[in-house]
Amino acid sequence: MTRKTYSLFAILVILALLVAACGGRATTAAPQEPASGAEAPPVVETVEVVKTVIVTVEVPAAAPAATPQVKIQVAEAPGFGETLKAVQERGNLICGVNGQLPGFSYLNPDGSYAGFDADFCRALAAAIFGDVSKVEFRQLTTSERFTALQTGEIDVLIRNTTWTLSRDSAELGLNFAGTTFYDGQGIMVPADSGLATLKDLEGGTICVQKGTTTELNLADVMATNGINYTPAVFDDVNATYGAYAEGRCDAATSDKSQLSSVAKGLLPDPDKHVIMDVTLSKEPLGPAVRQGDDQWFDIVKWVIFTTFASEEYGVSSTNVDEQRGSTTNPEVKRLLGVEGEMGLKLGLTNDWAYNVIKLVGNYSEIYARNLGEDTPTFIPRGLNSLYKDGGVLYSPPFR
Amino acid sequence: MEKSRPDRLRSSLALWRDERFLRLIGQVVFLLILAGIITYLTRNMLANLRQQGMGLGFDFLRLTAGFDIGEHIISYDRSQSFLRAFLVGFLNTALVSGLGIFFATVLGLIFGVARLSSNFLIQRLARAYIEFLRNIPLLVLLIFWYTGVFIKLPRVKEAIALPGQVLLSNRGVAIPWGIPTETFPLYIRILGLGAILAVAIGISLVWYGRRSGRAPIPVLWSFLIFLAAAILGWMALPMSPLLLDLPALQGLRLAGGKQLSPEFMALLSGLAIYTSAFIADVVRTGIQAVARGQVEAAKSMGLSGIQTLRLVVIPQALRVMIPPLTSQYLNLTKNSSLAVAIGYPELFHVSGTILNQSGRAVEMITLVMATYLMISLLTSAFMNWYNRRVRLVER
Repeated sequence: MTRKTYSLFAILVILALLVAACGGRATTAAPQEPASGAEAPPVVETVEVVKTVIVTVEVPAAAPAATPQVKIQVAEAPGFGETLKAVQERGNLICGVNGQLPGFSYLNPDGSYAGFDADFCRALAAAIFGDVSKVEFRQLTTSERFTALQTGEIDVLIRNTTWTLSRDSAELGLNFAGTTFYDGQGIMVPADSGLATLKDLEGGTICVQKGTTTELNLADVMATNGINYTPAVFDDVNATYGAYAEGRCDAATSDKSQLSSVAKGLLPDPDKHVIMDVTLSKEPLGPAVRQGDDQWFDIVKWVIFTTFASEEYGVSSTNVDEQRGSTTNPEVKRLLGVEGEMGLKLGLTNDWAYNVIKLVGNYSEIYARNLGEDTPTFIPRGLNSLYKDGGVLYSPPFR
Repeated sequence: MEKSRPDRLRSSLALWRDERFLRLIGQVVFLLILAGIITYLTRNMLANLRQQGMGLGFDFLRLTAGFDIGEHIISYDRSQSFLRAFLVGFLNTALVSGLGIFFATVLGLIFGVARLSSNFLIQRLARAYIEFLRNIPLLVLLIFWYTGVFIKLPRVKEAIALPGQVLLSNRGVAIPWGIPTETFPLYIRILGLGAILAVAIGISLVWYGRRSGRAPIPVLWSFLIFLAAAILGWMALPMSPLLLDLPALQGLRLAGGKQLSPEFMALLSGLAIYTSAFIADVVRTGIQAVARGQVEAAKSMGLSGIQTLRLVVIPQALRVMIPPLTSQYLNLTKNSSLAVAIGYPELFHVSGTILNQSGRAVEMITLVMATYLMISLLTSAFMNWYNRRVRLVER
């Protein structure tokens, strides 16, 4: 009898509390919605956003009827401008890199990061802060990289990551901001093995890194050619090539740039390995950002284009000051912030591109520093030349 | 009438001073806070996912996986689904855990008993083994086995041949293996019949032993009968049900027999040896937990050394050993996820690949956790059932 009344009472209490909680939620939620609706018209912020949008789209004195439509689109895009704001408040840029790949991003003995990807991180920091030291590098494995970006642990991922549709689409929630390095997948074998074509690998074991497009391409190509093989899949660069060096696998596969940089940087006997004359796939490597922050997306994209354009116009870190003062080319003037307000349109200062070139350099300087002939990780420029020189690097106009 | 009085007494007590009410309200508040935190975290995650335009759901498991897996018990290729790939990983975990548990138990028993040996050398060696292994991290041991032993073996062309045509190379260990022939399904049926017969005879022997008091060892007889059925069946069939397949070098690889990859071997050795040290200690404590008087009593009743062990010590030691043994088995299974460091495609390794190729972090991690939880719960359920069977029945 008494137990019953108590349990009944307990249930009542729980119900009451639940109702109270739900009620509370409902009442707090309810005013929020009208409030946000009511906020829209008067606030200054949104108006500013609208202005920038109009300017970049270059619809001078757009019809007033069109304005609200644009406003709604921008206001709805989640996180517009959030990343830049967060980076500026934090005072540094967090850049996800590989960290184990000589020539691309590699930890120097003194604890600093060097490499092609690392330099693009610095270029981005230069554009935002005018200071290349304001980068915090996060070393990520292939399987960590996307989650790190999705969760906001890093601001940008510059980690020799291949641009593919499924990664670019809503499935991963990422956007690729362009291509910094055009690559293709290759296969490395010991020079004395006598393996020269894909068919020679019949029945062999191939070392590959986990969670890469390489892993998928390998499966595709082998299935297409009807070649049986066993993949040996490892989690990081060192484990993959460590196992290859021990002879665990007949071959190792990855982007050609990676194979060449690894062969020269990580293997004990670099001369005894060759990259087979087979290209398995297209591998455009470039920085990725989160979906939903178009401003940040644009900044990363245009920092890359800055390095292309400056090479095209012959602006380099050594002559940038001189060019800034004396140039008569209006395109260069706009690039260096002498004319126009290109930086402001991106939410940066007008000397953003000047800083990138002055502090990091143009594309050819970055390339020469990390992958050029004088470096141990030399890779011929090939496709990664300006369109004028037979490559595919092409920057849209700075206008 | 009498009942209503204490009722009235209670109701006269102010509610907030009633201890039982306070306890109850404490629990309710705790539950609500917990539910609130979980709700908040879930909503937060969902809102963030929505913001990035990502949904939540397990539909992606039906998509084509697109990657190959080096070792699979069930058939698998790149055109199959993520779910199939997950299943391959799960079965690899089950395989390595099952074998690992078996070898760890055998080794653990040997070293546990050796630890109590009266022979000074054996006892010291067993102790050194246990102490050494218990005090190094498993990951270090796994990497040692992998990079220090199995891939340091000679290359394929110089493979070491052990007696019995076992080939050791840095591509793995190749052992002779049977290839089933046409008569194999029939042979399986013969084995089944033999097993049924063996169990029936074992049960009747137990029953006979209870009645007459003279017990032949039922397990031994059952085993002999099963063995006889197996041998006779093999001889009787017109064609041998299994053909012996010997491994040999063929082109780039060792072909034939059963190929055990270095990753698998390293993981199995690492897990079995590491866990065996803990099991050895469980065995030792179990045996030591049996009161000395029990052994003395058994001896004074005229039981031989073996009989004392079989009839008195082990049944009582098992009772103490089962719960800690269960947790060692669970540890072994869960520790198999460390294989990710050496590249054996078990559950966690394959899930990592799926996660990365599909981008579904939340779903995959949930799935992995649920799967490990399920394996652990099943193992505990079995061990608890066994524990109830061997428990000292109090009368």
